[in-house]
Amino acid sequence: MAPRVGLAVASVLERLGHTCEFRSAQTCCGQPSFNAGYWDEARAVARHAIGVFAGAEAVVGPSGSCVAMMRVFYPQLLTGTPHEQAALDLAARTFEFGEFLVEKLGVTDVGARFPHRVTYHDGCHGLRELRIKNAPRELLRHVRDLELVECDEPESCCGFGGLFSVKYPMISTAMAEVKGGSLARTECDYIVSSDPSCQLQLDGWLSRSGKKPRTIHLAEVLAGADA
Amino acid sequence: MTPATSTAAPHGTFEAADPHDAKKKFLHDAAEHVRDEGHRAFVRKALGGYYASRDTQKARYRDWEHARDAASLAKWSAVNRLDELLPKFVANFERNGGRVHWARNAEEARDIVLGLLRAAKAKAVIKSKCMTSEEIHLNAAMEKDGYGVVESDLGEFIQQLRGEPPYHFVFPCMHVRRDEISDLFGKHLGTPPTDSPEELTMIARRHMRRLYVDADVGITGANFLVAETGQISITENEGNARLTAALPRVHIAISGIEKVVEHLDDLAVLLPMLATAGAGQPMTCYNTLYAGPRQPGECDGPAEMHLVLLDNSRTALLADPEQRDALHCIRCGACLNVCPIFKNVGGFTYGTTYQGPIGSVITPHLRGLADWNHLSGASSLCGACTDACPVRIDIHHHLLHNRRNAAKSAPSRLERLGHKVFVMVASRPWLFALGGAVFRKTLWLVKKLRPPLLRDWLATRDLPPAPAASFRSQWRRRS
Repeated sequence: MAPRVGLAVASVLERLGHTCEFRSAQTCCGQPSFNAGYWDEARAVARHAIGVFAGAEAVVGPSGSCVAMMRVFYPQLLTGTPHEQAALDLAARTFEFGEFLVEKLGVTDVGARFPHRVTYHDGCHGLRELRIKNAPRELLRHVRDLELVECDEPESCCGFGGLFSVKYPMISTAMAEVKGGSLARTECDYIVSSDPSCQLQLDGWLSRSGKKPRTIHLAEVLAGADA
Repeated sequence: MTPATSTAAPHGTFEAADPHDAKKKFLHDAAEHVRDEGHRAFVRKALGGYYASRDTQKARYRDWEHARDAASLAKWSAVNRLDELLPKFVANFERNGGRVHWARNAEEARDIVLGLLRAAKAKAVIKSKCMTSEEIHLNAAMEKDGYGVVESDLGEFIQQLRGEPPYHFVFPCMHVRRDEISDLFGKHLGTPPTDSPEELTMIARRHMRRLYVDADVGITGANFLVAETGQISITENEGNARLTAALPRVHIAISGIEKVVEHLDDLAVLLPMLATAGAGQPMTCYNTLYAGPRQPGECDGPAEMHLVLLDNSRTALLADPEQRDALHCIRCGACLNVCPIFKNVGGFTYGTTYQGPIGSVITPHLRGLADWNHLSGASSLCGACTDACPVRIDIHHHLLHNRRNAAKSAPSRLERLGHKVFVMVASRPWLFALGGAVFRKTLWLVKKLRPPLLRDWLATRDLPPAPAASFRSQWRRRS
């Protein structure tokens, strides 16, 4: 859906001197089945992912949601199975993009410039499953010519929730109205996010309601992209 | 005394006629409610004040997170030793002169209370806030048997006059505007209109005073049952529970069996946590410990004190090690206050006694997973509830557990097929890539045709244009 995000992640990491690898056997983390309650099915996908990422020094994902699935939920899903240890091992090597830069690499200034007023949208999985709040803001504060403002519903969910947005569309939309409205009131140029799924929801609602700002992924901002 | 108003079967209009229709009713009511933007903004604003005062009070704790640990540990150690602590509480309570009545389910609990009313030859009953009585639908049963009953908690009184159940289990009438309350009192009590919250409170208070004196029986809930002393702890802001418990000749308290704590000391952390997490208060205004009926030589207090201990599927929940911590709940309401689902669909849409996240967790245990799993589905799993919970119940993960249990016990064939196909695709990289290609090529058609699965999404939200080329191909070109 958003190849540009993956490319931006690679460009930032390579600029910092790291080698990025994309394993073409990679697919989905399996969260849709896990969240719907179909854990046997999710387990099969998890086993595949664990195999794909075997041996990688660090696995970096540009989505708090996918990373939470792999780091928090894989070990639970595979507990008591022969794959439990491998799940724990992968969990210890898996990082969300902004978190990886700040907490693992100790980098807060990646040399980016983005001359815009932005606000940051916390994705719930990043915020509450991974406890990431400061890292993306720290990175944004070091971007040249960027103005960071906070909205009045900083910790509210955008209402995506995967299949929830399809099964309970009216609630999901009401949540988008609250969060999207709050983000738009900041009169920012861009809403920075670390979750393509939140971006899908927020952009979908903002576009339909004729509101101005659009989302942009943190990696794109740090890659210096200026849309 | 006659009831303040006709409240015959007040729940009738708020619950699906057929419990199997609970999901249908939920979807219908949610759709209806979200259209009322004024109401949603009203509720958001009401709870906005809560956030501010809660954070002020939280900041006064030396370490709020450690206080959560302590509160959670107090409940954990009691819930995991119920078999030891319940009998200990009962022995001490009865030594103080109280009488305990065990109820396995709602019907038994109702019968016990009605039996006590008959034995007391009760003519008038006054009642303070008690969610357990809502759970067993006590008011309707009492009225059916001809007992007048008046709710003495201001919010519950307003709801009784309106013929509605509580909207929020801590703030029963938080959805009602001040002018509506003034009109309501004008209609039922003949009082002149007023915009002053103090005056509205005084109207209810003046109306109530006589009723406390006239009542034969006072019914209360219980916040905590202290095992080592046999005392019942009741928390309130209005003083109405004290009058309800102290003035009538007979006091009946109703409590779930999970309300036991071992030590009196446990209240030192639980009472302030309850007030801060639930209402943003440092302490609730009145915290009273009731230790049995009037003792020889005492000049006041009820002649009889009864406690109805209700199971109603709590032992079944206790037997589930994964979700047992849901019994830690002290009914503070913090999870409702922060829940975006609650704030957008409102309290009545749930159709349950306990609304909000904790209600979505426990209602399937209390009333059946097959009929109530939709509440676990109706969540984006944002986790705000779990963060707000003062006793660290893993609320939003239990919604996941309920979803898993429902998919195991009664899977939807179509849904399971969908997930099987998903696994097949996600386990085969070539098929996954092919799926992506098909998706990119056909997205425009999907938007045009609006298939049933995406119709509702597309009704309120746009989909972005499909990227021209896949990540895989762009990555290959790049290296």
